[in-house]
Amino acid sequence: MKLIKKAQAGSFESSDILILASPVEEGEGRDIQIESGVFMQYGETIEKLIHQVLDQFEVNDVQLQIHDKGAIEPVILARMETVMQRALEMQKGTMY
Amino acid sequence: MLYIPGNNPAMLLHGSVYGADSLLLDLEDAVALNQKDAARNLIKQMIKHVDYGKTEVCVRVNHLDTPFGMEDLKAIVPLQPDAIRYPKTESVEELQRLITLVEQIEDEHGLPHDKMTIHIMIETALGVQNVFDIAKYSKRVDAITIGGQDLTADMNIKSSKNSSGIDLARKMIVMAAKANRIDAIDTVYVDIDDEEGLKQETEFIRQIGFSGKAVINPRQIDPIHEIYTPSDDEIRKAYRVVKEFNKNKAKGIGVFAIDGKMVDAPVVTRARYVLELSGVDHENI
Repeated sequence: MKLIKKAQAGSFESSDILILASPVEEGEGRDIQIESGVFMQYGETIEKLIHQVLDQFEVNDVQLQIHDKGAIEPVILARMETVMQRALEMQKGTMY
Repeated sequence: MLYIPGNNPAMLLHGSVYGADSLLLDLEDAVALNQKDAARNLIKQMIKHVDYGKTEVCVRVNHLDTPFGMEDLKAIVPLQPDAIRYPKTESVEELQRLITLVEQIEDEHGLPHDKMTIHIMIETALGVQNVFDIAKYSKRVDAITIGGQDLTADMNIKSSKNSSGIDLARKMIVMAAKANRIDAIDTVYVDIDDEEGLKQETEFIRQIGFSGKAVINPRQIDPIHEIYTPSDDEIRKAYRVVKEFNKNKAKGIGVFAIDGKMVDAPVVTRARYVLELSGVDHENI
């Protein structure tokens, strides 16, 4: 699926993660930039979870800027799900 | 019962360490209108991944008259938390609509109708007026709670330290709950720095029959537990009452005396309740 617009989800609060998603041209692939205080230990896991949600939404072309503040797996999955729903204009039941 | 804002990962993660009996993951008033989707996704994932141990998990969804309520149910019901809390209930028809939708979602997911319970919130004068009918409508409703802030606003009265304006509502809600053998949960005490006021209010609501109280800050948990936890002396007395009752029952005696005070069925019921609160097995004394 192709992103319709830029979107963001999450926050800079401790235990959270802020994700900014931007559309890119078709064929440009997934450009994922991750900033995290625990990147050395958990960078690979974070990336795996990000790809898992991108696969679920069938998004192949996207730019993601990610600022991790120590988010655990369910938080990363939830914020990714939200940012994808917002960027694809699929979100329901919100005033976003 | 500790309220946890639904869009706060740290609080959702650590909520169970403060010793509350129940966590109330909030999708309603604690979440900004433009973050309802984010909170819904977050609570959904947290329930799936976080082990809250023995702490009861209840999710407060938005009312079905808002643009958020239906999406909340679709996301939360399949996860079957211990309970969902439904705000601003005013009539049996509203409750009927809620239960029909909940059970439709459960059917779609092959889930039973008897696992997840429903807590009803009474927050308007109309809700108070209809609370007796609401309380008896369905076996799925196992608690009725009063929303003091909204009720005060609905009644257009000034909130006061002693909450005298909602006194009648509190008592009606307790009666409706007790008449149907379900729990009545009191509203929050909003001044988190006033521990003395919290204690006074908790003493009062325990005296009139509430089973517990909602809190907005973990600091409020211990003072409430202190009031609701029976003292050693109360437990000893209750144990003695039940023991003597069982002994006398075997002899065919229903009413007897301990230290010159009459003990009959209601006294035994209260003693059993004290032992239950204390975690003492009163069945095999």
